[in-house]
Amino acid sequence: MNIAYAVILLGVLGALFGLVLAVASKIFEVKKDPREEAILGHLAGANCGGCGYPGCAGCAAAILAGDAPVSACAPAGPENAAAIAEIMGMAAPTGERQVAFVRCNGGTNAKKRFEYVGVKDCISATKVAAGPLECEFGCLGFGSCVAACQFGAMSIGPNGAAVVDPEKCTACMACAKACPRHLITSVPASKKVHVLCANQEKGKAAMSVCSNSCIGCGLCQKECKKDAIHVVNGVAVIDYDKCVGCKLCTKVCPRDAISPVATAEEKEKYKAIKKAQAEKTKAAAEAAAKAAAEAPKA
Amino acid sequence: MEQITNLLAITLGAVLANNFIFSQFLGICPFLGVSKKVDTAVGMGVAVTFVMGLASAITWLVNVLLVKLGLEYMQTVAFILVIASLVQFIEMFLQKAMPTLYTALGVYLPLITTNCAVLGVALLNIQNNYNFIESVVYGITGGLGFLLAIVLFASIRERLVFAEYPKAFEGFPIALITAGLMALAFMGFSGLKIW
Repeated sequence: MNIAYAVILLGVLGALFGLVLAVASKIFEVKKDPREEAILGHLAGANCGGCGYPGCAGCAAAILAGDAPVSACAPAGPENAAAIAEIMGMAAPTGERQVAFVRCNGGTNAKKRFEYVGVKDCISATKVAAGPLECEFGCLGFGSCVAACQFGAMSIGPNGAAVVDPEKCTACMACAKACPRHLITSVPASKKVHVLCANQEKGKAAMSVCSNSCIGCGLCQKECKKDAIHVVNGVAVIDYDKCVGCKLCTKVCPRDAISPVATAEEKEKYKAIKKAQAEKTKAAAEAAAKAAAEAPKA
Repeated sequence: MEQITNLLAITLGAVLANNFIFSQFLGICPFLGVSKKVDTAVGMGVAVTFVMGLASAITWLVNVLLVKLGLEYMQTVAFILVIASLVQFIEMFLQKAMPTLYTALGVYLPLITTNCAVLGVALLNIQNNYNFIESVVYGITGGLGFLLAIVLFASIRERLVFAEYPKAFEGFPIALITAGLMALAFMGFSGLKIW
């Protein structure tokens, strides 16, 4: 009998409280924006906190409030970002995939001041007399970035400088934070032409430390038809918004400091084409001048 | 007169000598979790005080019913039911009436449900054979003790940001050490028990 009482009592209490709560939920109902729920549906739902907000619900609220971009959730991918943009009544983001890029091709081409035999770590190496390289901008090649990469996208290339595998890179830029020489930047994945040097010295000072250094001569800047490459602080910098990837700059660079590095053959070919073109324009100009000189007589 | 003296004794005991956090070690989770800022600590303290007072009253009435039916052994289950629904109710109420406090308390508001100080006060009321008024007073003053403790702790933690201590103590370790020292200090009030 006691058990029956217990069951009945708790049942009645539960039902009573349930009823009170049901009534209260109607009385104290807070109208929520239905879009928040819809946005939440398009987020990754892992509550990973990668967006910087407390959980996916926090992120959805921030997107709705306009504090976060519609693409705030990286794991959800561009399709979901587009869907959220639609919910918010905005145009879908057209942000291009970025990848990391190491602005140095020095490695074994760079001259060494001394042989570093300490801990195989770039930061440690820079602590010993400012590093073993003559070039104070170059990649040390001890692979601090390789260790920092969680995706296996970094490796030390054949000539001793770090290289990025753009297929594996997620542009998390952990490598950039690990690099004591600040050589790693993020570049659009679709662009193929990059400057392979960060040496800000000019002329002889840059030339003497490495066989691949940018000396700031400005030939590339003159050659570019799209005004997409400029010498800034003694080193060529590409404006990726303007670059169309024609590779003319790679062919005129006397230091092979722009990737993809043109072969000697390609360079000769381009030189020949340019020479022919120059002769042609010269001949045309002479012909025009001649015609102009003859014209008044007629 | 005797009644008032009795209530005063209960009050002093609940706030200082038998402080729920520092001498009974109940409700440690929100004490550590919501004590980073004095503002939210005050909000949490007030919410807990409110829930403890209300829970004391309702559980006392429920207990009368339980005693009548000879179901004292169901106390814990029944009290948890009461407290859980109460917290749900307060959550709804706060969301409507005080949205700022609601967002400030965040995840700790539903956590009051599992705050053992609330269940603790309900069970202690029965254990101490308090009548209805005594129970409500014990609940509210117990909550005030919680409020006092969490506000003091939060104000110390705010200042800790500027203090210098070894890096290994950053965050929770230094908070726990602080809480331990405060508990030691509150032990000094135990002499009031004779009153």
